[in-house]
Amino acid sequence: MNTFGPMWLSIQLALVTTAVLVVIGTPIAWWLSQTKLRFKPAVQAVVAMPIVLPPTVLGFYLLILLGPDGAVGSWWVQLTGSALTFSFTGLVIASCVYSLPFAVQPMQNAFESLPRQQLERAWTLGASRLDAFLSIAVPLSMRGFVSGIVLSFAHTLGEFGVVLMVGGNIPGETRVVSIAIYDHVESLNYAAAHQMSLLLIGFAFVVLAGMFVINRRWSER
Amino acid sequence: MIHLRHKLSKRDFVLDVDIQVPDTGITGVFGESGSGKTTLLRCIAGLEQEGGLPAHKRNIGYVFQEPGLFPHLTVRGNIEYGARRAAAQRIDRESVVDMLGIGDLLERKPGSLSGGESQRVAIAAALLRSPDLVLMDEPLASLDRKRKDELLPYFDRLHDELSVPVIYVSHDIEEISRLCDHLVLLDNGRVAASGDLLDVVSRVDVPVLSGRNAGVVLWATPVDHEDGLTKFNFGDGDIWVAGRFEATGTPLRLRIAANDVSIARDRPTSTTILNILCATVEEVHCVDTATALVRLGAGNQGLLARVTNRSVRRLGLKPGDQVFAQVKSVTVRH
Repeated sequence: MNTFGPMWLSIQLALVTTAVLVVIGTPIAWWLSQTKLRFKPAVQAVVAMPIVLPPTVLGFYLLILLGPDGAVGSWWVQLTGSALTFSFTGLVIASCVYSLPFAVQPMQNAFESLPRQQLERAWTLGASRLDAFLSIAVPLSMRGFVSGIVLSFAHTLGEFGVVLMVGGNIPGETRVVSIAIYDHVESLNYAAAHQMSLLLIGFAFVVLAGMFVINRRWSER
Repeated sequence: MIHLRHKLSKRDFVLDVDIQVPDTGITGVFGESGSGKTTLLRCIAGLEQEGGLPAHKRNIGYVFQEPGLFPHLTVRGNIEYGARRAAAQRIDRESVVDMLGIGDLLERKPGSLSGGESQRVAIAAALLRSPDLVLMDEPLASLDRKRKDELLPYFDRLHDELSVPVIYVSHDIEEISRLCDHLVLLDNGRVAASGDLLDVVSRVDVPVLSGRNAGVVLWATPVDHEDGLTKFNFGDGDIWVAGRFEATGTPLRLRIAANDVSIARDRPTSTTILNILCATVEEVHCVDTATALVRLGAGNQGLLARVTNRSVRRLGLKPGDQVFAQVKSVTVRH
């Protein structure tokens, strides 16, 4: 339990975050790939910001935003009666912001490499915009989706700073594996730290190798 | 009739078209690169941002220059894509598959098809959408000569068997002369001429068609064979063409390029040219400083000859003159 609890919580967090990111990241990626608006670079910069910002900066402002007095946090308290900070839901929101570029960028690249003529052909064959997106753009961009899914899953699994700032260290609620390892090292419990770390290393290897295998299969077709 | 009215401004280009074209047969749209042919098709299809109905509601089939089949679907999946989204199935799938000869390709993926095969599949997909109008944007331009010759007979079949009107864009006047019934000439975004193909190509005053593209199209009936040649009868003249064309009694379409016709005052005797026709000069049109187009009446059909202004002066050619037209080569639609 002590080993697998935080690990399982991390996996849950990564799964939920990835699912949310596919839902909100896909339209963002599609919009970015199709728009010719002048402020597109600004939107791209905002989406990419989490890559360059230290997690503490992101975590700090998320803490303020999600806190009971923050814009989002106070609204959430009114709605549900509980605070977002130091809760699993708060962690999901923070993780989504933090991992957004890792989901959006591979999808956007895949959408951009789609020949426009394929969409135009689909339209002239009677497909509406949404229909053409689902029947042509999505299947032809599968590699982008797989990359986006795996990267946001792996990135969420490995996050530390943002979780520490927004989620703290509540067992079963916000104590994910990276935090647990940090705790173990601080209390000089190296055996437990090794156990979790090796588990995480193995898991990361399997996930990433799996992605590359899938990608290779796809490119061979 | 189909009324085409499209106006579009793009940076340094203006398209302004307002014409009627027949709602049967193939209408060719001819013009040099940049004359707006593709833009006109894209406007008709709803692919340009000019407002109006979105493309998927227009019920217009579009065949692009590059076939652009959907790589994740089989040939069957590709041709069914439009059929499944069609409001009504008015075109029989089997007959389209037969007509385009793609029956053996149905389970293949587009990646394994040749350029000509892909284009045939793309045409089938556009037809099975049961469109009211099919637009073709230089469907042969991405193919080499050999593949083009392989594909042309399929277009002949489309022309003969298809009931859907087609607008066919090309910058190859030979292709247009072979396939089309009606011709629209585009020049810098505007219509320079529009009408029956045979009439439009025999005009001498249309700049788009005055250079190497000038040439007439006429109907002639194969009547006899000799020495590997076929004798064609048109009006009250005969013309010999290399190759064997069966004398079935049905007239075939011939194209005689203006570059392949020369004019002599006296009947030439020692010449390799087989076809020497008595003709009357109808019109002499100066094209540029060096060359002129001469329209000749031969039999009851017209010919165009592209000659130099110097020759026009030397021979003193003027309307009404009796001359001899030497025809060097003729293209026949099989």
